[in-house]
Amino acid sequence: MSVPAIEIENLTKDYPVGFWRKRMHRSLDHLSLEVEQGEVLGFLGPNGAGKTTTLKLLMGLIFPTAGTARIQGRSIDDVAMHRDIGYLPEQPYFYDYLTARELLDYYARFSGYPARERRERVARFLDLVGLASAADVQLRKFSKGMLQRAGIAQAILHDPQVVFFDEPMSGLDPIGRREVRDIILDLRRQGRTIFFSTHILSDAEMLCDRVAVLVGGKLQGVGAPGDIVSIEVQAMEILFELPAGRELPPELATQATKTGARYRIEVPEGELYPSLARLSNMGGKVLSVSPVRPTLEDYFLRLVGRGAPPTHSLEVVTR
Amino acid sequence: MSAASAAVAINTFREAVRDRVLYNLVVFALLMIGAAVLVGQVSIGIDRLVIVNLGLSAISAIGLVMAVFIGVGLVYKEIEKRTLYSLLARPIRRSEFLVGKYAGLLLTLLVNTAFMTLALAAALYYVGRPFVASDVSILVAVYFILLELALVTALALFFSCFSSPMLSALLTLAMYVTGVFSSDIREFGALTHRPTIEFVARVLYYLVPNFHDFNQIGRAAHGDRLPLSLVGQNTAYAALYASVVLLAASAVFSRRNLK
Repeated sequence: MSVPAIEIENLTKDYPVGFWRKRMHRSLDHLSLEVEQGEVLGFLGPNGAGKTTTLKLLMGLIFPTAGTARIQGRSIDDVAMHRDIGYLPEQPYFYDYLTARELLDYYARFSGYPARERRERVARFLDLVGLASAADVQLRKFSKGMLQRAGIAQAILHDPQVVFFDEPMSGLDPIGRREVRDIILDLRRQGRTIFFSTHILSDAEMLCDRVAVLVGGKLQGVGAPGDIVSIEVQAMEILFELPAGRELPPELATQATKTGARYRIEVPEGELYPSLARLSNMGGKVLSVSPVRPTLEDYFLRLVGRGAPPTHSLEVVTR
Repeated sequence: MSAASAAVAINTFREAVRDRVLYNLVVFALLMIGAAVLVGQVSIGIDRLVIVNLGLSAISAIGLVMAVFIGVGLVYKEIEKRTLYSLLARPIRRSEFLVGKYAGLLLTLLVNTAFMTLALAAALYYVGRPFVASDVSILVAVYFILLELALVTALALFFSCFSSPMLSALLTLAMYVTGVFSSDIREFGALTHRPTIEFVARVLYYLVPNFHDFNQIGRAAHGDRLPLSLVGQNTAYAALYASVVLLAASAVFSRRNLK
């Protein structure tokens, strides 16, 4: 059995705060998490939840107060482990006196590629992120979106097995976001493990095998996005039309919204069949019936609001 | 030096070139041209003395300013602009990064000093003075200036690992000034006949780098031959002191949490 791609055990980080730096603020609180090989894990949480702190700890940019982590079975203190990983920092900033081509060439040097292979790789990845035409432009002339693309290229340039993206969609326009989504899906197809933090839930819903939700430095739960969304069916939505000249009875009219000739109504799950029968008796044409589930966004807001972990429909990791 | 350090060094040098740091060479060239023209007119017989003195002093001063003010920003800028984040995610140790930054600035100083030395030679040639064997002492004096700059750069890098550029510049300059007068400080301590002051003066003498022996500008200007033993002694001292400072910088930086 292969080792998990990422193993995090009780990772904790305290920062000193205040003028005398004697008080400690816990930014990350005993985080334990495992990510399997080839899995795409979305690391969700509002700003200040501890997502970037976790990534910085894994990258060795800061040191844990307690706990350990391993990537590809090797300690995060092991410099050689960094050959197998790629990292896109949040709002990346690169050497602005370099061109995109020079920047990627610089990073490729750390992977030990000979000059010819570096040239070939750099050209290929510039093309992949849509920067081929700006390859010889200095980064100081790049827009935020272009910098983000350069950042993604440097993170995957050396074919890492595990890729860490910190807010990869940040600063991108809709086309750029779609392109990044395609890159992530492509990496997933190649069997790479992807750990990406985001607060944009639709991205996580679309891309992730599992999501981990972090609030206030604490892991609230880990599960498939579908599991979280299907926590409970809140109501049933019926979309229908009525024959010309027919109006809804007043008790239904107050609940319905009308768009053109179509009506939309939400009824409790238990009242679905009686409601459908009534609509049928009125000569109504039912166009669709679908369950109304909370989106990740709703789930997320609820968590942030109450600050307590949900205990159902989620695999809550407690180690 | 590892391949990772070499990559960082080349990038540091490229940054200095693209940030137009080497523009100072224009100032130096103008100074040399002005000095050569002026000295040729007013100082008959001592033109070599004046030009070599002025040239070497300017090489030292310009190099010092570069070593301090670029040196204190070497690490700070990478942290502040967060360029270090994506770099340290690569297989590179923090100590390798520091060595690379240090070597990159030394390379910049070396190229800069080489061009200034050429300008100095051109000025000497302009005043019509033939080159003689004792001119080797000018090159030795330039070499000592480079050793001095290597020490100053190491100090600036060390301070920049844990303090702001302004404070690092002040501390580096303070160390430099103390180092220039370190022999005087020890003698002053001995003259007081007070054990405490004597002890403090002696500790200071051994702690701060002794820059006194690196300054051979006067002897070079007078055409004195600089002994080979001094070359060996200064080289060994600078290499040892800079290594210790870099090790200390690495120890501090390897434990630092990047914000």
